[in-house]
Amino acid sequence: MKQNKINSNTLLLLITIALFVVMYMVGCVIYSSKGFTHLQTFLNILINNAGLLCIACGMTCVMLTGGIDISVGSLVAMDCMFLAVGMEQWGMNAGLLCVLVLLIGVVFGLVQGFCVGYLEIQPFIVTMAGMFFARGMTAVICTDQVSISQNEFFVGLANMKFEIPFGAYTNSKGVLQVPFIRLPVIIALVVLVAVFLMLRYTKFGRSLYAVGGNEQSATMMGLNVKMTKLKAYMLSSFLCSVGGICFCMNTMSGSVRQALGLEMDAIASAVIGGTLLTGGVGNVIGSFFGVLINGTISTLVKTNGKLLSSWSSIAVAALLCFFIVLQSVFAKMKDTKK
Amino acid sequence: MNKLKKVTGMALFLPIFCMVLVMAVNIVYDAASGNFAFNFFTISIRNGVLYGRLIDILNRGSEIAILAVGMTLVVSASAGTDISVGSVMSLAASFCCMLLAGYGVSSTNDLAVPLFVGVLGGVLMGCLCGAFNGFLVAYLNVQPMVATLILFSAARAIGLLLCNNLIVYVRNDSFKFFGGYAGFMPTPIIIAAICVIITMVLLKKTALGLYIQSVGINKRASRIAGLNSAKIIFVCYVVCGLAAGIAGIVGASRISSADSNNIGLNYELDAILAVALGGNSLGGGKFNLAGSIIGAYTIQAITTTLYALGVSSDVAPVYKAVIVIIIVTIQAPPFKAYMKRLSARRALAKGGAAA
Amino acid sequence: MDNQVVLTMRGISMTFPGVKALDNVDFTLREGEIHALMGENGAGKSTLIKCLTGINAFESGEIHVEGIEGPVVNHSTLDAQKKGISTVYQEVNLCPNLSVAENLFIGREPKTKLGTIDWKTMVKRAEAIMKDLDMSIDVTQNLEEYSLALQQMIAIARAVDMECKVLILDEPTSSLDDNEVEKLFRLMNQLKEKGVGIVFVTHFLEQVYAVCDRITVLRNGQLVGEYPIEELPRVKLVAAMMGKDFDDLASIKSDESPVFRDEDILIDAKGLSHKGTIKPFDLVIHKGEVVGLTGLLGSGRSELARVIYGADKNQTGTLKINGKEVKINAPIDAMNLGMGLLPDDRKAEGIIGDLSVRENIILALQAKRGMFRLLSMKEQIELADKYIEMLQIKTASRETLIRQLSGGNQQKVILGRWLATNPDFLILDEPTRGIDIGTKTEIQKLVLKLAKEGKSIVFISSEIEEMLRTCTKMAVLRDGAKVGEITESLTQETVMKAIAGGGSNE
Repeated sequence: MKQNKINSNTLLLLITIALFVVMYMVGCVIYSSKGFTHLQTFLNILINNAGLLCIACGMTCVMLTGGIDISVGSLVAMDCMFLAVGMEQWGMNAGLLCVLVLLIGVVFGLVQGFCVGYLEIQPFIVTMAGMFFARGMTAVICTDQVSISQNEFFVGLANMKFEIPFGAYTNSKGVLQVPFIRLPVIIALVVLVAVFLMLRYTKFGRSLYAVGGNEQSATMMGLNVKMTKLKAYMLSSFLCSVGGICFCMNTMSGSVRQALGLEMDAIASAVIGGTLLTGGVGNVIGSFFGVLINGTISTLVKTNGKLLSSWSSIAVAALLCFFIVLQSVFAKMKDTKK
Repeated sequence: MNKLKKVTGMALFLPIFCMVLVMAVNIVYDAASGNFAFNFFTISIRNGVLYGRLIDILNRGSEIAILAVGMTLVVSASAGTDISVGSVMSLAASFCCMLLAGYGVSSTNDLAVPLFVGVLGGVLMGCLCGAFNGFLVAYLNVQPMVATLILFSAARAIGLLLCNNLIVYVRNDSFKFFGGYAGFMPTPIIIAAICVIITMVLLKKTALGLYIQSVGINKRASRIAGLNSAKIIFVCYVVCGLAAGIAGIVGASRISSADSNNIGLNYELDAILAVALGGNSLGGGKFNLAGSIIGAYTIQAITTTLYALGVSSDVAPVYKAVIVIIIVTIQAPPFKAYMKRLSARRALAKGGAAA
Repeated sequence: MDNQVVLTMRGISMTFPGVKALDNVDFTLREGEIHALMGENGAGKSTLIKCLTGINAFESGEIHVEGIEGPVVNHSTLDAQKKGISTVYQEVNLCPNLSVAENLFIGREPKTKLGTIDWKTMVKRAEAIMKDLDMSIDVTQNLEEYSLALQQMIAIARAVDMECKVLILDEPTSSLDDNEVEKLFRLMNQLKEKGVGIVFVTHFLEQVYAVCDRITVLRNGQLVGEYPIEELPRVKLVAAMMGKDFDDLASIKSDESPVFRDEDILIDAKGLSHKGTIKPFDLVIHKGEVVGLTGLLGSGRSELARVIYGADKNQTGTLKINGKEVKINAPIDAMNLGMGLLPDDRKAEGIIGDLSVRENIILALQAKRGMFRLLSMKEQIELADKYIEMLQIKTASRETLIRQLSGGNQQKVILGRWLATNPDFLILDEPTRGIDIGTKTEIQKLVLKLAKEGKSIVFISSEIEEMLRTCTKMAVLRDGAKVGEITESLTQETVMKAIAGGGSNE
């Protein structure tokens, strides 16, 4: 009985890791001619999803409290648009803009967190309003698509390559290909490690678990539940802005339609990674694998070349559905055991 | 003071108050811009059909009103909202147009199948989506918004697949009817009215309303008292999907096409806002359908007014998001408690001054 | 003799909308005493404690804590804790998804030099605490792995470890069995010796006399008095709580015991079971019979009733009603066969809080009639008025929301709901829990009256005396199995013996 219980949570994580491995292996077998087996393919998944990883880390924190944040996709769009317009049309300093974007994230999260924590409004409603607000504000800044090309500093940052000392190979033209990662990956990995340590070793991190486990108890035990929630949403929006900057380094543009459905990817990553929707259980390591699975799916769809891109969002949705059902089944099993 | 409280405490105070506010803004705007001050209320007949801003609001607001019917039931029974309605609208429209035009055809003047088959198909697709949501929520106990999030993002993608990534145009007069005119009356108004009346009658003549509220307030107790709680929640979601299907077909008929990326865009926000504006708590339980319907038309009035004031459709959600937050803040218990304390303190101060 | 006073509350008053919850109440706690706070439901015990711990804000009065200058006002439980006042509530207020060690130290975790949580020290200290209390458990396991009773003990351990001067135990024993209560009492006495002042709130009179030194009695938000335990025998305590002499409950049952014939069998259950909770059991219930289900908490007495009713589906066995075999998949099936269940958890499974008294009364009947045969408003009003009058439900009107009623009146509304369906067979699971003694008597009288009308009743209560007064037969449960039936010589002694099972419980 005791052993059983521990497994149900770790089991979800194991399923996730296994799923990733299987999915990747299948890709390797089917698309080996298209270079799927090279290390760079994996690194590209990391590069393309660095922003998502940051966002998923923030999402995990919010979901641990039993909440959710669906404003992230729109917030990323707003960040990108702000960066693009700021650099291209207002000619502002890229560094300053990044700081401003992070600040916007914090303030945005502060308002959402206040509504959820202190006004006790359902997180979904609050962040849904946030979602439409941010998307609308993107249009307020500019309704056209704006590309970033003139700001040398930012372009330089985005093009920075960090080569990996192993896994190099010679391609068909006889050119040596050294695998590399880009700046966003480093940022995202730093975020991942930082959030992991925070969840394990700080009072705030443990409070997130406590609030998600039993809110009333957390209050009774003297934790400031309202403040914890507020901080969680602030953290989510802040990390989302960090992710937005990473995202922008990949797309190098801003548009109203950008990052549509990104909230879905972030939530799916967290859920696939074993974070319970009811809160209290989960870890960013799981979310990391969730992001990898997400990235693998879109890479598979892209590598195929014939499939419509809608397939990848349908696949992610189906996977999310599968894991939600799995969670629900586990929860039911736990109930009957009692 | 007491009278004021009585008025503000009335069930339909909030939606009616907002409606009056919007009208006032319109009157002021018209007067300020040198038009006839009551332009808003003028109804005339042009080219044999009704014409006027009020009619326009009633017409354009039909989809929201239809969605609001389903959304009200879902909110009441499951204390959560269905955020997939906009996407489901689009999916239903895509499926309907795909049936009418045939798979892979991007534009047609002739129908590939009889009209009713296409329409029925679209509506059934809506029901199917509702059933999917309902199954997750009612039988697997998934939080409503997470469950509906799946279709929120997947339904449009599925719609695109059904249409082979095309915008399917159905340029056929019989299909245009649903978004066009029945005589001098815009058809959507009639469709919305029928939906609302049928639901009202159902609620009045059967115990459905009692069942839904009872389940929404206390699911377990309702089960012990003999209600099939899961089934009732399930039915609510199916009705919500049905409503989304009908709204989707009206939307598609208006533009004679299935544009997956634009039909029903941001409608989930409007529908939820309609329910909240109608004075219903988003926490489930008791509901007031009439409030939601008035709320729906109020939203459309706000949208129309915003457009009239020169706000673009991309920016309009900003205002609505702010309105949502204001309304739910007013409903929030901590806010109510704070206001009570504030007024008590004020009364105390007044009493002190008098003494 | 009088020890030093650690806590005084003077002239505490507070009002809830429309009700004076506390009216000028005094309370004094001395060092090293166990002080019972007694009163009927709604007397203001919880409110007084909530004022002390900062959950409710009181309007007037003063609180003084030893060692702190001036009057104390707490704004939160944390505030109270910092001033040495710890509380353990009826429901376990810990986080099930965290480890035992974390639950003990959350909010005051040992830190390393870097300011991060020092897990090693935390686990070590947690193990030490558990060892002190004679509990050998793995503190790194999640709390949800352990039984409710253990969780309760851990909650108390947490409160004790915070070096409190005042420990408040709010109904801590309601989820514990006798053994565990014994353990708790030992712990309380240990603390008492260390000089901690303990406030003990409970419904169980025996427990008060087992450990307490002093009793403070509240009634309707007012202080009745403070008494040393020797000066207040049981009868006087009850009188003080109720404000009138004890209604002679013992006499409500008639002496003649009815005889039941085999033709009158209403319910005949054979081998019913529910996976994980109830082992296969047989049970026969006659028309007009009141059957008691007894056993310790967690013995499966509620679960057994729920299996018959179909609230939890039976896995094996057959159920015959009036000799006909029936299949029950959901409560509505049971209702159509003439059953009704008054669940033990009134708030979670009984009332529909935001609906009116009228709607709550007609709900079950409406469910039975089906969705399309709506009761007309006239019928609804008639039904509601009938049961409000018959059960003497105290409500402002039939349209008052049920959640605004007191616990006892809510219970009566639920009873009315079932009587409205005119059942042949009623299951009453803890119908008297958490309601005042006056209403308890009324409900017991009603049970006997219904039985006389030929209805069969299953009665479940944790108070054996209550069952002795009402039941003609008792089924005894232990660990999810029915272990016996007592029909003759129903006395406290025989029942107790059957429950305990000849010491095999050790």
